Amino acid sequence: MPANLYAQLGGEATVNAAVDLFYRKVLSDNSISTFFDTTDMDAQRAKQAAFLTMVFGGPNNYTGTDMRTAHAPLIEKGLNESHFNAVAGHLQTTLEELGVSADLIEQVMSIAASTHDDVLNL
Amino acid sequence: MSKINFKGKVIECLDSETVLDAFLRSGENIPHSCKTGVCQTCLLRTIKGKVPIEAQYGLKTTLCAQNYFLACSAIPDQDLVVALPTEAEVFGRVTVQEKELLSTNICRLTLETTRALHYHAGQFINLRRDDNLIRSYSLLSVPDIDPYLEIHIKRMPDGKMSNWIFDQVKAGFSLDIQGPNGNCFYVSGEPNQNLLLIGTGTGLAPLIGIARDALYSGHLGGIYLYHGSRQIEGLYLHNDLHAMEKKYPNFYYIPCLSGSYVPAECTPGRAHDVALTHHNNLNNWRIYLCGTPPMVNTAKKLAYLAGADLADIYADPFEVADLRSKPRGLTLR
Repeated sequence: MPANLYAQLGGEATVNAAVDLFYRKVLSDNSISTFFDTTDMDAQRAKQAAFLTMVFGGPNNYTGTDMRTAHAPLIEKGLNESHFNAVAGHLQTTLEELGVSADLIEQVMSIAASTHDDVLNL
Repeated sequence: MSKINFKGKVIECLDSETVLDAFLRSGENIPHSCKTGVCQTCLLRTIKGKVPIEAQYGLKTTLCAQNYFLACSAIPDQDLVVALPTEAEVFGRVTVQEKELLSTNICRLTLETTRALHYHAGQFINLRRDDNLIRSYSLLSVPDIDPYLEIHIKRMPDGKMSNWIFDQVKAGFSLDIQGPNGNCFYVSGEPNQNLLLIGTGTGLAPLIGIARDALYSGHLGGIYLYHGSRQIEGLYLHNDLHAMEKKYPNFYYIPCLSGSYVPAECTPGRAHDVALTHHNNLNNWRIYLCGTPPMVNTAKKLAYLAGADLADIYADPFEVADLRSKPRGLTLR
């Protein structure tokens, strides 16, 4: 089913259409932008593309351990539930702006929700 | 099947195999990560031969112009000679032609090369003194116009190279250079695109090079150059740039002053703030940023949020050299 979801969403083309919409929202949101603010914006954008590919059910190399390790330094900077929800909100709005159907959005959001414990190191 | 020459070794790339897979299969463990053309970690450049266009998807046009490609996305259809981006070009000897003071603490040097240097205005060279002191300077000369290399040097309070250049260097001196390096330069092909150039201090030098290169290449879109300084003395090419503005109808020079005294012909405020206020929709613009790292980083973020594509933002942060442990250009920035 995940591979099917990726194809239904439009695959790589949709990732490319979504990544700037999504990353701009995240960077403009003062409640979470510090976690995304970096001198290497190109690398950060590539990370967002990889993240979107994963939650779209596409090919990725993410494991739960990677998620935990990658977010551990952010937990020390205060990353919590409210930040996770804010990012999820921007993901949902991005998909809505792209005209993705409610049914597919729901599937994406459930993959995103499945990362919750790893992201927050719970 | 294609043969790939890398560091003097020949690697055979099977049909429908990517360069990266062929390398890894042969035990050549080059830097790589996502293997799907996203992360751009597996960047290589061709010295000889051409890779299919898909292998440059998503790369900055300036990288494409220097024959960079992604090993994970390249399924070659011919033999290639390739190299890692970190294998920088070697030093060559140059002779100082002329030294001219542009303001109390900025001077220009013109350099004569012994052999033709293939470069783009806006790239930088590393200058090496005979005792191995190395510093980076951006080129504002344009290869097709100028028969010499031109750089601007700012005298830094404790700058070893800059003070030596100001106090000792004369016409006829010889120096070694390495380069060209950097991705901050004009690429033709989009003649109607608007260009936004923002620089502080001697960050002006590469921007002038880029503007001159664009104008020489027949660029038709607007070219907006914002030069920022705290005080009026810092706008060290004010008159020249005004003259250039009169000469070219699509070139605009906007001097900005962040200090308290701002004469009528200058705009108050920091250059990137002024520029982003004047141009709040940068969709399909190309942006060049040269100056201190905080200015460059802030401006890059603001330009992106104003709709510019990250691949269209070219940044050249000027680090204070004497705090830098190794010269620029030896790693790809």
